[in-house]
Amino acid sequence: MATVTFDHVTKRFADVVAVDDLNLEIGDGEFMVLVGPSGCGKTTSLRMIAGLEEISAGSVRIGDRVVNDVAPKDRDIAMVFQSYALYPHMTVYDNLAFGLKLRKVAKQEIDKRVKDTAAMLDLGKLLQRKPKELSGGQRQRVALGRAIVREPAVFLMDEPLSNLDAKLRVETRANIARLHQRLKTTVVYVTHDQVEAMTMGSRIAVMNEGRLQQVGPPQELYDHPVNRFVAGFIGSPAMNFVDVALTGQGADAKLSAEGITIPLPGRFRQVVGPTTDRKLVAGFRPEHLELGETADGAARVDVKADVVEYLGNEEMIHASAGGRDIVAVVDSAARVRPGDILELHVAPGKLHLFDPETGATLVAERELLPA
Amino acid sequence: MTTAAAIGARARASERNWRRRLGSLPTHVVIIILLVIWLIPTIGLFVNSFRPSTAVQSSGWWTILFNPSELTLQNYSYVLSQAGMLPGFVNSLFISIPATIIPLFVAAFAAYAFSWMDFPGRNVLFVAIVGLLVVPLQTTFIPILELYASVHIDIGPIQINNLNGQFLALWLAHTGYGLPFAVYLLRNFMGGLPREVFESAAIDGASPVTAFFRLALPMSVPAIAALAIFQFLFVWNDLLVALIYIGAANPQNAPLTIVVANLVNSLGSGWWYLAAAAFIAMALPLIVFFSLQRYFVRGIVGGSVKG
Repeated sequence: MATVTFDHVTKRFADVVAVDDLNLEIGDGEFMVLVGPSGCGKTTSLRMIAGLEEISAGSVRIGDRVVNDVAPKDRDIAMVFQSYALYPHMTVYDNLAFGLKLRKVAKQEIDKRVKDTAAMLDLGKLLQRKPKELSGGQRQRVALGRAIVREPAVFLMDEPLSNLDAKLRVETRANIARLHQRLKTTVVYVTHDQVEAMTMGSRIAVMNEGRLQQVGPPQELYDHPVNRFVAGFIGSPAMNFVDVALTGQGADAKLSAEGITIPLPGRFRQVVGPTTDRKLVAGFRPEHLELGETADGAARVDVKADVVEYLGNEEMIHASAGGRDIVAVVDSAARVRPGDILELHVAPGKLHLFDPETGATLVAERELLPA
Repeated sequence: MTTAAAIGARARASERNWRRRLGSLPTHVVIIILLVIWLIPTIGLFVNSFRPSTAVQSSGWWTILFNPSELTLQNYSYVLSQAGMLPGFVNSLFISIPATIIPLFVAAFAAYAFSWMDFPGRNVLFVAIVGLLVVPLQTTFIPILELYASVHIDIGPIQINNLNGQFLALWLAHTGYGLPFAVYLLRNFMGGLPREVFESAAIDGASPVTAFFRLALPMSVPAIAALAIFQFLFVWNDLLVALIYIGAANPQNAPLTIVVANLVNSLGSGWWYLAAAAFIAMALPLIVFFSLQRYFVRGIVGGSVKG
């Protein structure tokens, strides 16, 4: 078991900066998820831990050791690849035993560890099969097993679930979480799927365009995103953003756009200051929009429903307010129909405000936390 | 009622079946005609190899249909006993097997390095090797003959003066001639193997040498088998290269192709033995092809990555 530390790490491919000055500390036994859209540098970061990519600047440490120039095999890590990368001409047993054989582990010890791992992953009956005789889910378990059997200090997982179908993905997600609780090994897990990130990570690092945007536990990222990118990326369906104009002062200050009126919540007053006529971006999550009479101080959004998706216990409403698309998730008991004119509101505490230029949140994270 | 309907349905189904077969009939007829045209020369040669020389010289092979009793094995017995076919066969084996294995081995190493190892000038070197494909091998005869003639090795038991006429001369020559294509083909195949497998092996603790022998080589078996067939057939059927480097210098090392060519003497008599000799020479390539052909059909890479 070990910590993993990125210290001012930069990775350049020719002219492209894939990872830009990354600083990140991953604790011992932590399940850290690196998440972001494709091309954000998350996989490159993972491959730098593995030693599959050279580091252009800065240093990566595993435990107390700087590993920049250590060969992958000497880093005490194991990696699960998106494509599984099983050895096609070897049986499942040999796939699991390969790394141990190369490390000259004693035969009985190999046999014991392979069988223990196979039992843990329910692969016992498949040990003599070749990868091409396995289903996708079974191959995925073999890939996991090949990492577990080595008993490394750090597991690296590169989108290990993205080739599975939806049902299997949910199952395997829970299995990996269970394995982590049992083995208590540090895991660095890369995914582009924010649901996976939210459900599995003890902490999540959101990356975009090579830069680390925010690190924190899932709930912190959901409740207090530091910028517009994190706010839009975490949470499904994505947060609604509306360009609004700030007018009035003090208790009369309000944010408005066509069909939208938002009294400026008290906690923003100080940040905004006395200036009036400022442009801002308001953000609110679809699930925080509620139907019905607007209470005092709440934001009011008048919309016309365009499409209603019935999800069982909820309905997802694609609506428009003054030409802007707004998505709301409401109780399906409301029975909204396309064409309905609706009055939606958002509690002041659920409102986010961002600077239109920088995208940063107007209130620093600490000030947002309840006093 | 139900049975009647079932019988009706079955009748309709079999009718559809018949229609489909009738529809594809012209295609089959054309294919069969083409096949027969394609095979007639070989069949004729095969039949002639069993006919006495007098018959071969006076009538066509198809006359066998009216006179099957004239079939004989005398051509085969002459060719095998009198004409030196058996030593030629052994020589051919002795030439072809190393001349297949050596270039394949070298090419596999080279292909792995070109695909998966980073070194400066990798692409330039690869292009240069592939570029050698356009050099006609005839242009190399005189320089290599001179080079072979100047070889003097004297290390204990190994004493070689003048490589010409030795099997080693042919092994080296065929290795050189076969390498550009072999490297090209294997590099393309190995380069197509999934990168993650090698990365995974590197993390598992495999050195490049281990990765080559334990992963790249077994995963490339289909390409290596295909290449082995090509190279073996090329060497086995080669007359020109053997004539140049062994030819007159050392007739007892002559391969089958030279022996067969020598069957026809300078006055042109004896050509009726060629058919029998050709079929003896053909036997081994056929065995090689049929025993390795499944590798053409079936890949071994399946199951490594998703799919």
